[in-house]
Amino acid sequence: MYRYDEFDHGFVRQRVAQFRGQVARRLDGALTEDEFKPLRLMNGLYLQLHAYMLRVAIPYGTLSARQMRRLADIARRYDKGFGHFTTRQNIQYNWIRLEDAPDILADLADVEMHAIQTSGNCIRNVTADQFAGVAADEIEDPRVYAEIIRQWSTLHPEFSFLPRKFKIAITGAPRDRAAVRAHDIGLRMHWNADGEAGFEIMVGGGLGRTPVIGKTIRAFLPKQDLLSYLEAILRVYNQLGRRDNIHKARIKILVNQVGAETFADMVEAEWREIRGGALDLPADEIARIESYFAPPDYERLDAASPAFEAQRRSDPAFAQWVRSNVVAHKRPGYAIANISLKPAGGVPGDASAEQMEVVADLAERYGFGEIRVAHEQNLVLPDVRLSDLHALWQELRTAGLATANIGLLTDIIACPGLDYCNLANARSIPIAQRIGQRFDDLARLHDIGRLTLNISGCINACAHHHVGNIGILGVNKKGVEYYQVTLGGNADENAALGDLVGPAFSGEEIADAVETIVDTYLEQRDRGEQFLDTYRRVGLQPFKEKLYAAH
Amino acid sequence: MSQQAVTANRLRDGQVVYLAANNGWSDRLADAAVADDADAAKALLATAEGDVDRRVVVGPYLFDVAVETGAVRPLGQRETIRASGPSIQPDTGDRAVRR
Ligand code: SF4
Repeated sequence: MYRYDEFDHGFVRQRVAQFRGQVARRLDGALTEDEFKPLRLMNGLYLQLHAYMLRVAIPYGTLSARQMRRLADIARRYDKGFGHFTTRQNIQYNWIRLEDAPDILADLADVEMHAIQTSGNCIRNVTADQFAGVAADEIEDPRVYAEIIRQWSTLHPEFSFLPRKFKIAITGAPRDRAAVRAHDIGLRMHWNADGEAGFEIMVGGGLGRTPVIGKTIRAFLPKQDLLSYLEAILRVYNQLGRRDNIHKARIKILVNQVGAETFADMVEAEWREIRGGALDLPADEIARIESYFAPPDYERLDAASPAFEAQRRSDPAFAQWVRSNVVAHKRPGYAIANISLKPAGGVPGDASAEQMEVVADLAERYGFGEIRVAHEQNLVLPDVRLSDLHALWQELRTAGLATANIGLLTDIIACPGLDYCNLANARSIPIAQRIGQRFDDLARLHDIGRLTLNISGCINACAHHHVGNIGILGVNKKGVEYYQVTLGGNADENAALGDLVGPAFSGEEIADAVETIVDTYLEQRDRGEQFLDTYRRVGLQPFKEKLYAAH
Repeated sequence: MSQQAVTANRLRDGQVVYLAANNGWSDRLADAAVADDADAAKALLATAEGDVDRRVVVGPYLFDVAVETGAVRPLGQRETIRASGPSIQPDTGDRAVRR
């Protein structure tokens, strides 16, 4: 994985020292809250409902075992013993003291981590496919380019005060696991007709108050042009984005206003001015960054493991976990193991310090010490030998980390909602817990099949509810929490926004409503269909009828 | 107008606090000073603003409460959660009380 060079080390240390001084000046009165707030936000420190919250960047979702141990240590020493993994592949600590924040940042810097670019109107921490570098369907490891973008965008002087925050996501595979069309810029690697790898460039995606699926403005961009092209997009946006209205300030509004084609023309015009200049990516620079992401020392293994096959046959619970949580690896004899942070009735994305340590330990023993964070709020061990999967699964089970529900209904994406978030209208977590308990039957879940369910506590849509197969949005009606439901959303390469099903449900009704939706699907589905297939075939009507039959 | 109290976060640690009758700050809603009318509410908030300048708290504001059999109760969901902590059930980890 990427290792800090002298520059990175010096830069992050310097930031910690600066912030230590800023906190001291705040506490002794030299800085007012108005002066201090932007400074703390630049270091990921928010003031939330109950306390300060620290959002720590996990660039492109890659962590070492050593870093994970440090995250556990911070949870235990400075927080209440747990952390929350988010849909932006970050970790949030909910109970931070301002006085401790500089020490925490120093602890993070020791393991090459920080909280920069997790807040503010800058280019945020770049997110990527959690299976980067190991997915069987991958063209190239997108982390190489995510790292290049990180280096270019960190404290970019021209783009530190954009009209609004700016999110970039990247995938190196045809299957989109990074929801790239839901980002300000989405990048998808593919081959052109000459067999050369490059990027499809999508812009103007985003959820929130005005949900939009990103539009392709360039079908193919050669790799060496990546930064100059991104710079051109950002320049056009920086100049024309609406600074007068926070609700109209994201790039999606600009792209909608001028039209994707005109926007593309403006970008191309700007790009012609700067391409081939200082931002050109020479092949040797790409190769240098690539070397940081060199594959680990894989053994030469057979594609099949007889021991694994036998364990799968003799242990149905293990077989079930393999079915939902294990994914094909690009090397023979290896597998990608997903660790669900969605136990039935648990808090989606939360992990205790002990669990983080277990994962770090297992990563070292079974997977070259590498861990990934998925935007679905789960963890991943990307390099496990097939023959080790059974032993790994048993240890995960002991730690309460072996729930066999990846991609299934109870693998719920939920934002912190009104239990923690200052902007929330309604609670998300208790709703997720209620639904999790309602469907606490793995056989039933596996029968229901692939189904994504996302719950956001307000229109900011941190849980991407618009692109959940079932999307739930918390709203506040005269002081009471209600939940709007959308159906048919999709976050992958066929991204789509869900359709509103009808009037909102109360907190008491919502789990029943989800059950009605699932039952309707099961009645309607044809052989071999997943929820989304059935929904596309039958539409909203049958669901509407069942949901509002009693009304 | 409903009765009101003042809440804020303590500057040093972010802890939710309430302006108490003795003009100090308490982390217990039960200690909150309750204003019965607009003038009293305004006075409470003014006291609180002074403590912003003195670097005791940040972001003070008034919120609606009811006093029932001597106990102060927030009227909205948000303040109920702020007063009693996340409503998450059951607690999955070691997250009861810090330190
Ligand atoms: S969706 Fe709303 S409630 Fe949920 S975390 Fe985002 S801002 Fe907070």
